[in-house]
Amino acid sequence: MLLIRCPYCEEERPELEFRNAGEAHIARSANMAGESDDDFEKFFFIRSNPKGIIYERWRHIHGCARFFNAVRDTVTDKFVMTYKAGEPKPSKLPKNSNEVVAK
Amino acid sequence: MSGALRIPGAGRLSQAKTARFSFDGQSYTGIEGDTLASALLANGVHLVGRSFKYHRPRGILSAGAEEPNALVQIVRDDARKTPNVRATVQELYDGLAANSQNRWPSLSFDVGAVNDLASPLFSAGFYYKTFMWPKAAWKSLYEPKIREAAGLGVSPERPDPDHYSSRYAHCDVLVLGGGAAGITAALAAAETGVRVILADEQAEFGGSLRFESGARIDGQDGFAWAQAAIARLSAMDNVRVLPRTTAFGYYAQNFVGLVERVSDHLKAPGHDLPRERLWQVRARRVVLASGAIERHMVFANNDRPGVMLAGAARTFLNHYGVAVGRNVGVYTANDSAYGAAIDLKKAGVNVAAIVDLRDNPSGPVVDEARALGIEINFGRAVIRAGGKLRVSSMTVQPKNGGGERTIAVDAILMSAGWTPSVHLFSQSRGKVAFNDETKRFVPGAYAQDCVSVGACNGTDGLSATVDEAYAAGAKAAKDAGAKAAKGVKPKVDASESWSRGMLGAAPGAGPDTTVKAFVDFQNDVTAKDIRQAVHEGMRSIEHVKRFTTNGMATDQGKTSNMHGLAIAAETLGKPIPEVGLTTFRAPYTPVTFGAIISHARGPLFDPTRKTAIHPWAAAQGAVFEDVGQWKRAWYFPKAGEDMHAAVDRECVGVRSQAGLFDASTLGKIEVVGPDAARFMELLYTNPWEKLEPGRCRYGIMLREDGFIYDDGVVGRLAPDRFHVTTTTGGAPRVMNHMEDYLQTEFPHLNVWLTSITEQWAVIAVQGPKSRDIIAPLVEGIDMSDEALPHMSVREGKICGVPTRLFRMSFTGERGFEVNVPADYGQAVWEALWAEGQKHGATAYGTEAMHVLRAEKGYIIVGQDTDGTVTPNDAGLDWAVGKKKTDFVGIRGLTRPDLVAKGRKQLVGLKTKDAKVVLEEGAQIVEDPKQAIPMKMIGHVTSSYWSQNCGRSIALALVAGGRDRMGDTLFVPMPDGVIEVEVTGMVFFDETGGRLNG
Ligand SMILES: [Zn+2]
Repeated sequence: MLLIRCPYCEEERPELEFRNAGEAHIARSANMAGESDDDFEKFFFIRSNPKGIIYERWRHIHGCARFFNAVRDTVTDKFVMTYKAGEPKPSKLPKNSNEVVAK
Repeated sequence: MSGALRIPGAGRLSQAKTARFSFDGQSYTGIEGDTLASALLANGVHLVGRSFKYHRPRGILSAGAEEPNALVQIVRDDARKTPNVRATVQELYDGLAANSQNRWPSLSFDVGAVNDLASPLFSAGFYYKTFMWPKAAWKSLYEPKIREAAGLGVSPERPDPDHYSSRYAHCDVLVLGGGAAGITAALAAAETGVRVILADEQAEFGGSLRFESGARIDGQDGFAWAQAAIARLSAMDNVRVLPRTTAFGYYAQNFVGLVERVSDHLKAPGHDLPRERLWQVRARRVVLASGAIERHMVFANNDRPGVMLAGAARTFLNHYGVAVGRNVGVYTANDSAYGAAIDLKKAGVNVAAIVDLRDNPSGPVVDEARALGIEINFGRAVIRAGGKLRVSSMTVQPKNGGGERTIAVDAILMSAGWTPSVHLFSQSRGKVAFNDETKRFVPGAYAQDCVSVGACNGTDGLSATVDEAYAAGAKAAKDAGAKAAKGVKPKVDASESWSRGMLGAAPGAGPDTTVKAFVDFQNDVTAKDIRQAVHEGMRSIEHVKRFTTNGMATDQGKTSNMHGLAIAAETLGKPIPEVGLTTFRAPYTPVTFGAIISHARGPLFDPTRKTAIHPWAAAQGAVFEDVGQWKRAWYFPKAGEDMHAAVDRECVGVRSQAGLFDASTLGKIEVVGPDAARFMELLYTNPWEKLEPGRCRYGIMLREDGFIYDDGVVGRLAPDRFHVTTTTGGAPRVMNHMEDYLQTEFPHLNVWLTSITEQWAVIAVQGPKSRDIIAPLVEGIDMSDEALPHMSVREGKICGVPTRLFRMSFTGERGFEVNVPADYGQAVWEALWAEGQKHGATAYGTEAMHVLRAEKGYIIVGQDTDGTVTPNDAGLDWAVGKKKTDFVGIRGLTRPDLVAKGRKQLVGLKTKDAKVVLEEGAQIVEDPKQAIPMKMIGHVTSSYWSQNCGRSIALALVAGGRDRMGDTLFVPMPDGVIEVEVTGMVFFDETGGRLNG
C-alpha cells in the first residue's frame, strides 16, 4: 500500500484514504460550447498514459475530501511530489522523491 | 516409545511429552514439539504422498517451508480439512489426524501411477500439446479428468468455522527471519530503544542453528544462545517477537504482509483464538534475514522416499532426535553435507558412504568424517537411486564414466549447495545480481529502505554474518531515528564454514540421458523436460518456466529454480545471467483466504444500510431487495400472496386510493451559497437562475461527453439554497462529480455542498387521497392546489417535527414526498400510516414503484439509460436549456455521432398478445426470418405486467424509435418470436390530469 502526502492535510496517509481522479492539467475550456471537434477530442478522450512520470489528480476522499495533483512514476509507483489543485505544473522535479515526501 | 528411529539423548524435545496422531488412519506416537514430518520419520514413515503428474511415490525432502513433496491434508472435522499442508511445517498436537493426497485407492498402491509408465505423454508442454483438439473435449473431458487425477487435496464440505484476525502495526525496524542474522540485527536495533518487530516462520527461533551443531556464540551452543537472545528481546517493551509468522509479501514503501499461525498447532484451540492473524506492518527500515535454502542433487530417481536434503536430515537429528535411516548414504557437491554424515555417525547411525562430486576436497569436515571411519568417494556421482516406495540403494560411478557400484542404503542425504532466499528482496523491487564466482543471485540494487544480512545476502560463515547483521541492525535503527547503541555484539566462538556446490544436472543425468532426474518435485519437472523446452524453441527462462511448469507449483520452485535455470542456460549455451531469473511474486508461501479477508465475511463483508423506516417494514413482513448497500422493501405480501399478487394489489391501491412508500434511500445533496444557482446552471442541463424559491424542477446531469449521468427532482428552498435529489445508487458519485467541478474547474464559485442523504427520511405519499392523509398532520403549510401546486416545496412542520414537504410525483398521481429528520422517520411514517388507514392506503415497495413509474414512462437512470443515452435519446430534450452558453456536457451533445440520425431512442412497446411480458434485456429485430446472426436494432430496458393497464408494458431503446410509432417489431426468444408494437412511453393517463386530480 502506497503512502500519499495530502498537500492540504500536510501528512502522509495510506492509499486507502485516496482515490485517483485521472490525468492532471487538462483544462476545461472557458468557451466549451465553441470548441472544435479536434479540441474536444483532445480534451475529453486523449490521455498521455506515459511509462514514467505522470501528472495526475487524486482526491483525499476519506480525509479532507480535497482534490490535488501528484507527480508519480508509473514504473515504480513512487510519488515524486504532490501539490494543490490550481498550482502550476512543476517545471522542475526534485531529484530524491523521498526527501520531498518527508518535508 | 515415540518411534523406533528416535535416538535417545539426541535432539531437544522432551521424551516425556508424547502425542498420539494418525496418518492415513494408522495410529502413531510422536512428541510434543515434533512437526508431523519429524514424527512420521521417527516412526520410519518416509512415503507420504504421490506426485502431481506421474503419481510417483514421494517422501519428505526438507525440514522447512520449502517442502515440495510432503503435502498432506489435516482433518479436524467436516469443516476443517486443510489441504496441501506441508508436513514439515505442521506442528504435532495430540490427536492430530492427517491424510495423504493425490492417490487412489491407497498410498502404496495408486492406480494413477500408470501415468509414470505413460510419461512420454506427459512431457514438457503436455498441457498445451496433448489437449489441443477437439476444442469441446477440453471442457467436458480433459479438464475434469486432469483436475480429478492431479488434485492436491480435497476441499472441506462446510463453510470455514474458524475466525481470523487482522492487525496493522508500525515499527522502526522490521526484521524478517529469526536465525543468527535476524536475531543479531534485532538485538542491535532493539538495544537503541527503537520499536522492533522480529518475525520467523518457525515455531522456534534459531534458523540453521537448529541443526548446525558446530556453532557456539557467547560461550553457548548456538541454538541455546538464540533462545536466550529471544527471551531477552521478548522482555523488552520496544520489541514484538512473532514466531510462526511468515512474511509473505513485500509491498510499496516498506509495507509488509505477514501471517501468524495462531492456533493450527493446538490440540483444541478455543474459539477465543483466531486461527491465523494477518499483520500489515509499515516499517521505517526492513532487515531481510531470510537465510538460504539447500538444493538437492539432480540425478535419476532422486525423488524416491528416503532421498532428502542433508541439512534436513541434520535438523531431524539435532533438533527432533530422529534418525532418518539406519544406513544412510550421503551425496554432495559441497562441505555442508559432511556435517549430516558426522552428526548421524556420532549418533550411532551407519553411514554407508559419502559420495562427493568434487575431485579432491579437503578441510576439517573431510578430516573429521575420515577420522570417524566414514568411507568417502571423491570425484564420483550417484547416478541412480534404487527402490520404489523407499530408497534401497545408490549406484555410484566415477563422474566421467566407468564401473558402477551399488551400495545398499535406506536414505540418501544430498546437498548441491545453498541458494540465498532473495524472494522478499526481489518482491521489494530490488534487482538481484549474479555473482559469477559463487554462482549465486544475491541482492544488487535496492528499491526500498531495506538491507539484507547473512545467508540471504550471500554472506558465508557465522562470524561474518553476525558482524554484518549487527552493523545493519544498528544502522537501520539509526536511520530510523535512534540515538546510539548501548549493546555488545555477540561473539562467535566456533562455527562451520561451507563451500559452494553446483547447479544443474549431476553426471549421469546429462543431455545424453533420458533418466527421470527431478528438478521440480511438486510439478514433476525433470532435467530432460527443461532441455526439451529449449529444443522446442523456448529461449527466455520465463517461457521455459511456463512450458515446463518448473517452479510454478505451490512451493514456487524454492529448491528448483536455480537448477532449472542452470540446465536451460547450459542447453542454450549461454551464461546464466543472460537467461535471467524468473520473477519472485507474493505470496512467499501460500496464504489462506481466511487470513486475507479476516472478519470481512458474511454480514461484515459489506456494510448494510437500513432506513429509519426499515423496522416497520420488517414488522409488516416486507420482502427486501438489495440496492447497492441498501436494504429496500421490495413488496409487502399479505397472507397467501405471491410477489405478483402483492405487486398488482399495491399498484392498484396507489391509483385507486393512496400508497405510502419509503423513499429515504434517495440521494440528497444540499447546494448552498451565493453562487448556488450559477453552480446548478453549470452542473445540470436545465436553467435554474429563474426558478422561484418554493418551486421544483426535474434536473438532468450529463458528463462532458453528453451522456446522461444522473437525474432527480431539485427543490429551491431559498435564493441561495437547493435541495437536490439523486438516484439511490448515484448519490456518492454525483457528490464526487459536483465536488470535482467545484474544487477544480469552478473554484471561483462561492458554494458549499453537503451530503444530506442520511439526515432526511423520505416518505412518499401518492394517490388521489394523498393530500387528505397528510393535511391533518401538517402545520404551517397551505396544502391547497393554488398554494402548493405540483412541483413545489415548502418548509413547515408535520407531527410537530420540521419537514421539507415536496409536492411531486413518481407515480403520475397527486403526490407528496415528506422529508423529516431521520430520527423521526419511523414515528412520522407510523402517524401517516394510521391516517392512511382511514383512506384505504397501501404500503408499496420498490417493485410497485417501478411498475407505476413505467406506466407513466418515467425513466430510471441506469436501467433505461446505460451511459450512451443522451437527453434527446430519452425523449427529454425539453429539459436541456436551449439558451444556456455552458453546462457540463454542452459540447459533447453536439458531437457528430450524438446528433446523427438513427440513434437508439427510448420508446414504449406493447406486445401483440397483451398477456405476454417481455424479458428485460431481450433483443429487438425488424425481420425475424433473417439469417442468424440477426441484425439487432435495440433492446428492452424495462418490462412489467401492469394491472392498472390490464396488459404488459415495456420501454425499449430502438434505433430511430420515434420514427417507428405503430410499427411492428419482433423479439426473438428461445421458445418463439414475440410480436410487439412501437408506442409512446406513457401507458396510463396520457394527458397527465391525475397529477392534479
Ligand atoms: Zn487531505
